[in-house]
Amino acid sequence: MLRARKSLPGVDPKLLIKDAAKLLPQSSRRLFLRGAASLGALSMLTGCDIIDGPTSENVLRVISTFNDRVQALLFSDTTLAPEYPESAITRPFPFNAYYSVDEAPDIDGDKYQLEIGGLVDNKKSWTLPELNALPEVSQITRHVCVEGWSAIGSWQGVRLSDFLKMIGADLSAKYVWFQCAEGYSNTIDMPTALHPQTQLTLKFDNKTLPTAYGFPIKIRIPTKLGFKNPKYVTAMYVQNNDAGGYWENQGYNWFSGL
Amino acid sequence: MTIEAATNPPMLPDALSGPLIHPRWVRVTHWINVLAMFMMIGSGWQIYDASPLFGFIYFPSQIALGEWLAGALLWHFAAMWLLAINGIVYVTLGIVTGRFRRKLLPIRRRDVIHDFFAALRGKLSHDDLTVYNAVQRLLYLGVILAGIVIVLSGVSIWKPVQFKYLTALFGGYDAARYVHFFAMSSIVAFLTIHVVLALIVPKSLRAMIVGR
Repeated sequence: MLRARKSLPGVDPKLLIKDAAKLLPQSSRRLFLRGAASLGALSMLTGCDIIDGPTSENVLRVISTFNDRVQALLFSDTTLAPEYPESAITRPFPFNAYYSVDEAPDIDGDKYQLEIGGLVDNKKSWTLPELNALPEVSQITRHVCVEGWSAIGSWQGVRLSDFLKMIGADLSAKYVWFQCAEGYSNTIDMPTALHPQTQLTLKFDNKTLPTAYGFPIKIRIPTKLGFKNPKYVTAMYVQNNDAGGYWENQGYNWFSGL
Repeated sequence: MTIEAATNPPMLPDALSGPLIHPRWVRVTHWINVLAMFMMIGSGWQIYDASPLFGFIYFPSQIALGEWLAGALLWHFAAMWLLAINGIVYVTLGIVTGRFRRKLLPIRRRDVIHDFFAALRGKLSHDDLTVYNAVQRLLYLGVILAGIVIVLSGVSIWKPVQFKYLTALFGGYDAARYVHFFAMSSIVAFLTIHVVLALIVPKSLRAMIVGR
């Protein structure tokens, strides 16, 4: 992971996060629910006294956690995301992040290694040639952004469940955590990690992932919103504690299933 | 309902001794719905702004709810429970008690045209609030259907994988977003007329509060 970080010329992850913070509403995020009237309904539901912003924010977060559980129940490991013909692919497929495309991490593929950690038998790191030698699966699925737009893309790589089994991951663990080169991160639930369409992606449209789409590794999860599909992945940990994620920690729903 | 058949206590003032127009369940679900719709529409507008469907339509933050996308999504996915549960209770009771059939049906095209032009000439009587005219019937039935469409299209946007057949029914994920938007638009149009008319005929507003 450190090696990959060193190979980011001119990109300071901390600065990137500072830039992203500018995208958030003025003043402080704690006030993001300010001005919200009519809390009566919520107080009826919960029996709490809701007067000020922070309290209503807490109530909304409790309901969001409840929604995580509902979504985990709705999630089916046999329900597949619809797949599309090649003609349906959105061209050009949009680049999307909290920074511009020229600020995207530029990783040296020759030096790159995917770091493996946590509840895994074989913690050996993986080079790109080693990953590319594994059996390849392909999907043409719809990427749905939390903002509302969607785009259809074509992704190829290793089925994540196969990879987790191969490295001897504890499949009864609760979470898989991904660390990315620019400081981004994601935690996903194990059932989603084991879904047949969840992919450790190495290619877009049958060509090596371009920098814009997450070179060298993206985790493609067609059953989750786009921000739960990390790019520039440098490390993967199997664990029982929820390490959160970049957007999840700022108030976006944790499960964010489709 | 049995309450409607009950004789009025002679001591009550005139305003409160008339026939029961709206039973309690209608009034309670109505005002819960006002609250739920206020939260759903306000937060929905803020969510819309993150990826507008039409370049010329944008909702200023001052009239929206949630301040930014994440906040609005928290509101939307919290208030959806209130809207859906209250809506299910209302529609179920409306069907089971026979109120929908009694109050909203039949709707004849001839009556709608007649009552519509009568309303434009200001000659539509609201003397008897227990009976809806044909235009009211059409609009009330229409907004109930729009409510069902907005919930189902919303579910198909929220869960286009787990409920992919529902999403397909709306023509796919992107089409479902337009359906959701137009259902909101028709509900807001209804609300505008509904609120204006309730203010023009204040006793109809009183009836939705005290029942008579």
